[in-house]
Amino acid sequence: MSKIIIVGGGECGARAAFALREQGFNGDITLIGAEPHLPYERPPLSKTGLASAAPPQYVAGPARYEEARITILTGVPVDTVDRQSKLVRLSDGRKFPYDQLLLATGARPRPFAGVSGDPGLGRICMLRNHGDAVAIHEALAPGKSLAVVGGGFIGLEIAATARKLGAEVLLIESSPRVLSRGVPAEIAKVVTERHRQEGVNILCGEQITSIATENDKVQILFANGTTRLADIVVVGIGVIPNVELAEAAGLLIDNGIAVDATLRTSDPDIFAAGDCCSFPLSHYRERRVRLEAWRNAQDQGMLVAANLLGRGLAIASVPWFWSDQYELTLQIAGLSDGAATTVRRDLDQGAFILFHLDGEDRLIAASGIGPGNAVARDIRLAEMLIAAKRRLDPEALASPKTNLKKLLAA
Amino acid sequence: MSQGWVEVCGVDDIDEEDLIRFDHDGRTFAVYRSSDGGYYATDGLCTHEQIHLADGLVMDEIIECPKHNGRFNYKTGEAMGAPVCVNLKTYPAKVEAGTVFIAIS
Ligand SMILES: Cc1cc2nc3c(=O)[nH]c(=O)nc-3n(C[C@H](O)[C@H](O)[C@H](O)COP(=O)(O)OP(=O)(O)OC[C@H]3O[C@@H](n4cnc5c(N)ncnc54)[C@H](O)[C@@H]3O)c2cc1C
Ligand code: FES
Repeated sequence: MSKIIIVGGGECGARAAFALREQGFNGDITLIGAEPHLPYERPPLSKTGLASAAPPQYVAGPARYEEARITILTGVPVDTVDRQSKLVRLSDGRKFPYDQLLLATGARPRPFAGVSGDPGLGRICMLRNHGDAVAIHEALAPGKSLAVVGGGFIGLEIAATARKLGAEVLLIESSPRVLSRGVPAEIAKVVTERHRQEGVNILCGEQITSIATENDKVQILFANGTTRLADIVVVGIGVIPNVELAEAAGLLIDNGIAVDATLRTSDPDIFAAGDCCSFPLSHYRERRVRLEAWRNAQDQGMLVAANLLGRGLAIASVPWFWSDQYELTLQIAGLSDGAATTVRRDLDQGAFILFHLDGEDRLIAASGIGPGNAVARDIRLAEMLIAAKRRLDPEALASPKTNLKKLLAA
Repeated sequence: MSQGWVEVCGVDDIDEEDLIRFDHDGRTFAVYRSSDGGYYATDGLCTHEQIHLADGLVMDEIIECPKHNGRFNYKTGEAMGAPVCVNLKTYPAKVEAGTVFIAIS
């Protein structure tokens, strides 16, 4: 019987395993994960999960794996992939043969080079897994001071949650503004103002040279010679794809495990999907991207399952991302860099959407922010309009009176 | 315990192929008007993270949750795949004299 092994028990690996069964695969499915838990959702780790340190929110309970006849091994990393004999070796020495392999190894936080002292004391942290969230939660309390290094999504979400828990928050970003990657300045401004209103001290354009534990505090040294002290520091300066296993096996690497439009690596029997891989994006002139987003992990998990079964489907989804901070939700569909025109559509409750169009008036991205789910419907429709690649009238998009659903049907 | 039919709104208070949120007796429902003029009702909160479906998008027979785009068939309540796996409860709906009613049990 045919054997499929999935390395990586995250969103993408778990989704692929279930999708294989849903799509009719009858052979053996083995999902191997390095973490001690069944696959769980990461987005809550910086939001509700961090606020409560509740148990992880599992993608599925143990009964569903059993029902779907998915063998799941947790707490054991795969150490090597032997492509000649087609087997994987686990850190505990066990070996498993495969016919086809899926690498869904995800990514890990990028460490800050200037950390010194003992990060094991739990005062200099990064956030990727459930254990990290529990450690940060436990260190936070009313009156404690937190410094967040990095003004990206993770850093900002941690700042918002820490304020909810009553901690004092300083956020340090080296760029001139927060969310400098992929988020328009107009939206970053709303986010910055909202954080300042909550009392978060945001410093932009500041370089840090070192972070060191010092007695029961952490000292942050800036390039300009000044220092700051905090009880706990969380570093959130991006992630590094987990490619080591693939690299050692001799697979092609290019900002992640390089795959083609069907998520196949340079070895025809090995696929890769989720945060660990880079792929050509058809809506953006086959530009090679690596996405670090939950929906992408899900979509690719389902697509790769079809392709493990020989369907040969090309990636067609439009990138989509969301973030929650306080009552605000931000959603982005598509990639906005390279836009020729941007128009703004104002919605109720101060919510707004920016539509980004290329030189031929085709929608390439939409970014929106507002309370609750105020922008959700229009962003979803924008995603479909991007996929449809149709020419649109920028003024019509900007007018809140224009029904986007009708534009899609037109 | 059956409470019988409850008045929701006028027929035109819901746009074609759209839905509204309806709160009653401490519960939240979503009431839909399909493109062929039928009316339907389901629980109003997504079974994934309890988000109001009323901010979501209706297309064909599907309601898509605004939060993570989980999908349900609103006529049957069936969850259409990840991240939702628990179906929505559905309730009978009817129109009488230009008013939409749903049966809450
Ligand atoms: C705190 C946080 C908040 C987030 N919030 C959002 C959000 O609001 N919106 C959004 O769109 N996205 C968000 N994301 C991103 C989203 O969670 C990721 O894109 C998604 O988890 C990627 O899934 P994945 O399966 O590719 O990788 P991962 O979730 O990283 O899973 C990979 C798994 O593989 C395991 N692994 C690695 N190497 C091996 C090996 N050799 N052997 C066995 N196992 C291995 C890892 O331990 C890990 O468990 C957030 C991420 C984090 C960390
Ligand atoms: S809350 Fe509805 S899909 Fe997650």
